[in-house]
Amino acid sequence: MEIRAALAGNPNCGKTTMFNALTGANQYVGNWPGVTVEKKEGKVRTKESKEEKIKVTDLPGVYSLSPYTLEEVVSRDYILNEDPDVIINLVDATNIERNLYLTTQLTETGVPVVIALNMADLIRKRGMKIDKKRLSELLNCPVIETSALKKTGLKELIEETVCTVKSGEKSIPKAIFSKELEAAIRAVEELLPTWIDERKKRWYAVKLLENDRKVLENLKMSGESLKAIKKMRKAMEEKHDDDMESIVTDERYQYIQKVVSDTVQKGREKLTVSDKIDRIVTNRFLGLPIFVFVMWVVYYVSVTTVGTGMTDWTNDVFVVSIQDAVSGFLGNIGAGSLITGLVVDGIIGGLGAVLGFVPQMAVLFLLLSFLEDCGYMVRIAFVMDRVFRHFGLSGKSFIPLLISSGCGIPGIMASRTIEQDNDRRLTIMTATFIPCGAKLPVIALMGGVIAGEAAGYAESSFIAPLMYFIGIAAVLISAIILKKTKMFSGKPAPFVMELPQYHMPQAKTVLLHVWERLKGFMIKAGTILFLACIVMWFLGGFGFSDGKFGIVQDSANSLLAMIGGALAVLFKPLGFGEWQPVAAALSGFTAKEAIVTTMGVLANVSGDVEDTVNVAGKVAAWFPSAMAAFSFLLFNLLDSPCLAAIATMAQQMQSRKWFWFAVVFQNVFAYVVSLSVYQIGTFVLGGAFTVGTAVGIAIAVILLILLFRPDPYKNKKIYSKRSVQAA
Amino acid sequence: MERTLGSAKVGSTVTVIKIEGDGAYKRRIMDMGITKGSRIYIRKVAPLGDPVEVTVRGYELSVRKEDAKCVLVETV
Repeated sequence: MEIRAALAGNPNCGKTTMFNALTGANQYVGNWPGVTVEKKEGKVRTKESKEEKIKVTDLPGVYSLSPYTLEEVVSRDYILNEDPDVIINLVDATNIERNLYLTTQLTETGVPVVIALNMADLIRKRGMKIDKKRLSELLNCPVIETSALKKTGLKELIEETVCTVKSGEKSIPKAIFSKELEAAIRAVEELLPTWIDERKKRWYAVKLLENDRKVLENLKMSGESLKAIKKMRKAMEEKHDDDMESIVTDERYQYIQKVVSDTVQKGREKLTVSDKIDRIVTNRFLGLPIFVFVMWVVYYVSVTTVGTGMTDWTNDVFVVSIQDAVSGFLGNIGAGSLITGLVVDGIIGGLGAVLGFVPQMAVLFLLLSFLEDCGYMVRIAFVMDRVFRHFGLSGKSFIPLLISSGCGIPGIMASRTIEQDNDRRLTIMTATFIPCGAKLPVIALMGGVIAGEAAGYAESSFIAPLMYFIGIAAVLISAIILKKTKMFSGKPAPFVMELPQYHMPQAKTVLLHVWERLKGFMIKAGTILFLACIVMWFLGGFGFSDGKFGIVQDSANSLLAMIGGALAVLFKPLGFGEWQPVAAALSGFTAKEAIVTTMGVLANVSGDVEDTVNVAGKVAAWFPSAMAAFSFLLFNLLDSPCLAAIATMAQQMQSRKWFWFAVVFQNVFAYVVSLSVYQIGTFVLGGAFTVGTAVGIAIAVILLILLFRPDPYKNKKIYSKRSVQAA
Repeated sequence: MERTLGSAKVGSTVTVIKIEGDGAYKRRIMDMGITKGSRIYIRKVAPLGDPVEVTVRGYELSVRKEDAKCVLVETV
C-alpha cells in the first residue's frame, strides 16, 4: 500500500528543509515567501515495514486556503480534488499563532492531519513551553515535535503518519466557532448536495457562507439553496457590520488565541539574535548604505575578482588544453579538416566560451542564494519598496531584477511571488533589461571597442557600471510608460510581506540551490547552445562562392553574411549596418555570450576569441564611430534575451498574447532607444543634422511624453487583477 | 484615541478596532493575523520612510503606510 501524504505549511516554516529531510530529494530552501511553487514529490520508505511507502507531495507554502493567490488555489485544489490520505501540517513552533490559522483550515477539509511542531529546539532555547498533549486534544489531531534542521522527531512523524492512515478514522471536523456561526454552518450543511462526503461538508459549508466563487461554481447548487444561504449571510453581516469572510477569519483567530493561551507558556521576552541583526541592517540610517555595500561586495567578488580569475583560467587553460588535445587526437586518427573545424572551433570553442562563464555564475549564484536563504533578500524588498512604489512596482519586483543580474531565467522565475498580475507581467518583461552574467563579455568587448574608437584600445572600466545603470533605468522607464496604459492600469498592489527571522543557511541547501541553477545553465549549454554552435559554424563556414554551394574561405561569402546582409539595412539607422554585427546580434538569441564568439570568428581573430582587447581591435572596423558601437551594445542589452530565457518567459506568462506582447515590446523598445541614442549622439558629437537626427529626436520626444504625461487612470479605484483571477 | 495603523507612532502598541477595505486585500491582511482586537507593535519604519515593520501575533510583518490606512486602531 502506498500512502499519499501532502506536506502543508506556511512559508518560512522550514517546509522545504522538512521535505528534504523526509525524502532526501534535491530541493531548495529560500526565505522569499512562496519559493516552492511547483509541485514537488518525493518518496519516504519507512524502516519499520518495507511495504509501507509514503509518497509526499510538497504543497506550496501558504498562509491560508483563501482563493486569492495561485499558491493557495494550488494547495486547496490538491487537498480537495486529489484527496490525499493524510496532511502533514508543518507548524513553526516559534510562530505558532499564525501557523495554526492554516491548521484550522486544513482540519476543516476532512482529510486527517498530523501536526509536525517544527523548530522544537528553538522553543526550549527561548524558554517557551508547549503542552503537546493538550494541543493535540484541542485540535483533534496528533502533534509530533520535530526539528527538520537537526533531523529529530522525523521517525516519530513518519510512524504517526502511517498510524493515522492505517487507523482509517475519518473524523468529522470539530466545531470551533461561536454558537451563532456554527448554527449557520449546520444550516448550510443541510442544503449541500448529497454527493458530498460527510467529512467534507463543513469545508463546503464555510466556503459557501464566505461566498467563495470558486466553490460556488463547482457545486452548481439550486437557486433556492443559494438564496437561503445568501439570506443567512446577509443577516450575519448586518449584525456584525462586517463581511462574512472577515467574520470567519476573526472567529478563527479568536479560537486560536484560546488554544494558544491554553497550551503555550511564553518565555521571557528578549531580543533574539535575529532581532539584533535586523536593528542594524534595516536601520533608518544604515539600511541603505548597508544595502549598497552588500551589492558592491556581491558584484566585486563575483564579477571582478574570484569569478573572473576562475573564468580566465577556464578559458585560457582548461578549454584551450581540451582544444589542443582534441585537435591532436583528430589529427592522429586522420580526420579531415572539416570535422576538426566543426569539433574544435565550432563545438568546443563555442561551448568553451559558455563553460568559461560557469565559475563566474557559480560565485554570483552562491552569494545571491546565501542572501536569499539567510533572509536578507526580503529585507531588500522592505528597504527598496519606497523607491519601486514610486515607479508603480513593489519592493517584491526588486528580487527578480537582482537575480536577473546573474541570469534572467531564475530572475523571471522569481517573479512568481509577485501577487499582482500586472506587476508580475511587467517584471517578467523588464527583468532581462538588467545585464545578466552572459552579457558581461559582450559589455567588455564592446567597451573595448567604444574606448578604442575614442582613445586607443584598452579595456574600459566605466562601460559596465553604465550598462547596469541603463538597465535599471530601462526597467523603471518601461514601468512608468506601461503603467500609464490601460492594460497595466490599476491601483498599486498592496504590499504585505512577512519578514522572517534571519538564520544561518545550511551549506548543503545553498550549494544544492547553486547547483540546481548552474545545472539549468549547463543543460542549456549542452542542448540549445550545442545546436546553435553547429548552426552558427555551418552558417558562417558554408555559402555560395563562384556559383557553387560549399565551404567558403572568405566568411563574407557565407550564408551568415547573406542573412546578416539582408537584415543589415534595418540596422543602418542604428549605426551598425554591416552584416557582421547583425549576424552577431542574431547569434545572441541563442546565448548572449555567443555575440562575442561570433564576432571573434567573423573577425578571423587568431588565438583566443575571448580576449577582448585582441578581438576589439578587429571588431572596431565594423563600426563607423564609438557611438555606433555604443548603440550596438545598447540594442543587445535591451532586446529579447536568449532563447532559454525567452522560453522561460513564455512559460511564466502563461498566455500567448502576453508573451508575444513582451517579445515585441522588448525588441521595439531596444530598437527605438538605440536609434534615438545613436542619431542624437552622433549629432551632438558634431555630426550633420540629417533626417535620422530628426527621427531620433522625434522618438526621444515621444518617449518623454509617454513618460511624463499625467496618468489617465490615476483615479481608477479598482485594484488590478490578482494573479489567481487572471489565471 | 482612534486612528489608522498607517499613522501610528513607531514604538507604540495599538489594538485593532476595525478593518476597512475590499475583499482580497482585506482578507490578506486578516489572514496574516491583523484582526479585530489583535495587538500590534509598531517596530520600525524602512530607511526611506515607508513601509513600516510591525510585530503581530509574535512575528514580523511589513505593510505600506498607504495600505495600513484601512486598519483603524487605538493606542493601548
